[in-house]
Amino acid sequence: MRILVCVKRVPSPGSRINVTDDGQQVDSAHLGFTTSPHEECAVEEAVQLIERVTASDSDNNEDHAVVVLTLGPEAAGEQLRYAASVGATGFALVEAEGGLDWDPQRTATAITGAVRSLEADEGPFDLILFGNESADGGNFQVGIRVAHALGRPIVNGIKGIDSRPDGGFVARRETDAGYEVYELDAPCALGVKEGINLPRYPTMKGRLASRKAHIATLDSASAAAAGGQTRVRLHRPPERASTTVVLGDSAAAAPAVVDLLDELGVL
Amino acid sequence: MTGVAVLVDHDRGTLSGGALEALTAARSLAQALETTVEAVVLGDTALFESHGADLVAACGAYGASVVHRGIGDLLADYGPDAWGAALSSFVEAERPVAVTSVGTDRGAEAMAQLAARADLPLVANCVTVTPAAQNWQITRVQWGGSLLEDVTLEASLPLVTFAHHSVEAEPADNADEPTVRDFEPELGPDAERTLVRDRVTLTEGVTLATASVVVSGGRGVGSADGFAALEELAELLGGRVGCSRAVTNNGWRNHADQVGQTGTRIAPEIYIACGISGAIQHWVGAMGSKNILAINIDPEANMVTKAGYAVIADLHKVVPAVCDEIRRRRDRP
Ligand SMILES: Cc1cc2nc3c(=O)[nH]c(=O)nc-3n(C[C@H](O)[C@H](O)[C@H](O)COP(=O)(O)OP(=O)(O)OC[C@H]3O[C@@H](n4cnc5c(N)ncnc54)[C@H](O)[C@@H]3O)c2cc1C
Ligand SMILES: Nc1ncnc2c1ncn2[C@@H]1O[C@H](COP(=O)(O)O)[C@@H](O)[C@H]1O
Repeated sequence: MRILVCVKRVPSPGSRINVTDDGQQVDSAHLGFTTSPHEECAVEEAVQLIERVTASDSDNNEDHAVVVLTLGPEAAGEQLRYAASVGATGFALVEAEGGLDWDPQRTATAITGAVRSLEADEGPFDLILFGNESADGGNFQVGIRVAHALGRPIVNGIKGIDSRPDGGFVARRETDAGYEVYELDAPCALGVKEGINLPRYPTMKGRLASRKAHIATLDSASAAAAGGQTRVRLHRPPERASTTVVLGDSAAAAPAVVDLLDELGVL
Repeated sequence: MTGVAVLVDHDRGTLSGGALEALTAARSLAQALETTVEAVVLGDTALFESHGADLVAACGAYGASVVHRGIGDLLADYGPDAWGAALSSFVEAERPVAVTSVGTDRGAEAMAQLAARADLPLVANCVTVTPAAQNWQITRVQWGGSLLEDVTLEASLPLVTFAHHSVEAEPADNADEPTVRDFEPELGPDAERTLVRDRVTLTEGVTLATASVVVSGGRGVGSADGFAALEELAELLGGRVGCSRAVTNNGWRNHADQVGQTGTRIAPEIYIACGISGAIQHWVGAMGSKNILAINIDPEANMVTKAGYAVIADLHKVVPAVCDEIRRRRDRP
């Protein structure tokens, strides 16, 4: 089974998000970088799907791969190497000029081109995993656009995946009351949500593997035209002004806490 | 048609709260464009027989002057391909001036399916939309609500979704009985690829999202067992236990309990946050709370400075003392 996972490198802000003076980017001068938890879980799910197939059918000598793809600056190699440390086997960096955040149409066009070129070289993917939404942009559409351009079905919001013996996939989507079940024939795509699994931490062996991981650089980005949505500026929403009433600095604050609960009518 | 089309989000005939928000938001959009709001509701014949009258009445009450009922056997239940194909067939035939919905699971997904099929831009999770002859001016949310982005939208047919909960649903002032128009969308073979095949119902009482009291723990709780005291407090108050991502990542609690950008958004009467620093991704899930009480040893923690109330002390001492105090008062005759 061959699975492709698309992840996006994003800054990892702490208690507030600062914006650069030109309003074009999150000020990441003092920040680390990460991927969306949804995408981290997508990588874990791909690795587990293949572990499950090989465990149930040990003499299956089919070709297995978890290829991770990112569109971004060269530094996004860091996110690919992290994926290597938790079990991914192939890595593709689609270099985006300027390193700025691209609009979702342009992003999707570039990723579609990259998938086509990877498949032409190494064979088709049975499954392409996306995050339900990117951590920063939250456009809820890049995966759907890529899947549509490739002529493949996609369902978003997935919190459970099983591979079927005939090559298709059963996918579960959470609702308020439980979950919905979808059945997709391969090749297909799914948008994954955090909670589908508990991602593993890198092992020592994984860390060593990540250092040796070969990252293929693709240039399908240059041909992608800008879409109709253009950033003017980023800004922080007005913050709720609050003064904190300190009820105490020890367990002796308990009566004051219970008075408050009583006042709010929740006792 | 020349109206603003609204894709109505419903689950087998039952409207989602988001549907009325979308209709409400579309009214201001239609007013700015000097046109009407026209609802698009998808279903099969049986669905409209059982729920049609209610659906049409609700759309009318929230300002739709026309309700377009898209009827087809494959629309008996939801499917992203079926809804996307139906919507794009509607758009081709009717040529609305804009299409909008709400950023719920179904609304966001069906609109993205339409955008992909029509090869049009889609601006997701908008909070304000100002139409113009050329470029629409839009403000949308990023980072799950922690950041705003002003964008322009240039498109032959503008597609936008409104951020869920950013608009308060309000009935229209002078609502008329809407005109009902039926269409049979051309769905094509792809529509069958992603239909809901089965449903599993997990019965649950009060959910995290709807609980009036949420008692959450973060890394400061220290272990899975450490949550026993929080469970007890939640139980005494008829509330639910929540947690931060540090806790789910450590395997102390299930992800279903996680509050935040990639977890649940809560809106309780009071949020009691124990040993949680208040990272921005946690805060966006908690900021809908009416009151916040932070219990933390660090007076500078973001959760403390943003909360209305705080106790600066070890949660392992404070939480049991609060439980004891509640029991003491309840036992008092
Ligand atoms: C894209 C993205 C999405 C994310 N989504 C989410 C999300 O949905 N939800 C979420 O929660 N996080 C999310 N995160 C993670 C988030 O950034 C933080 O890492 C996380 O919220 C930290 O959890 P915490 O507050 O429990 O831990 P910490 O930040 O380690 O804070 C622990 C706190 O406990 C206090 N403490 C320690 N001991 C005690 C004690 N004995 N008594 C009282 N107080 C004590 C400390 O003073 C400190 O304030 C996301 C991150 C990213 C990048
Ligand atoms: N620059 C990128 N590189 C790789 N994958 C991406 C990128 N942008 C978006 N994606 C994928 O598309 C999903 C949806 O993104 P979005 O439409 O921006 O919310 C993400 O969760 C990723 O899986």
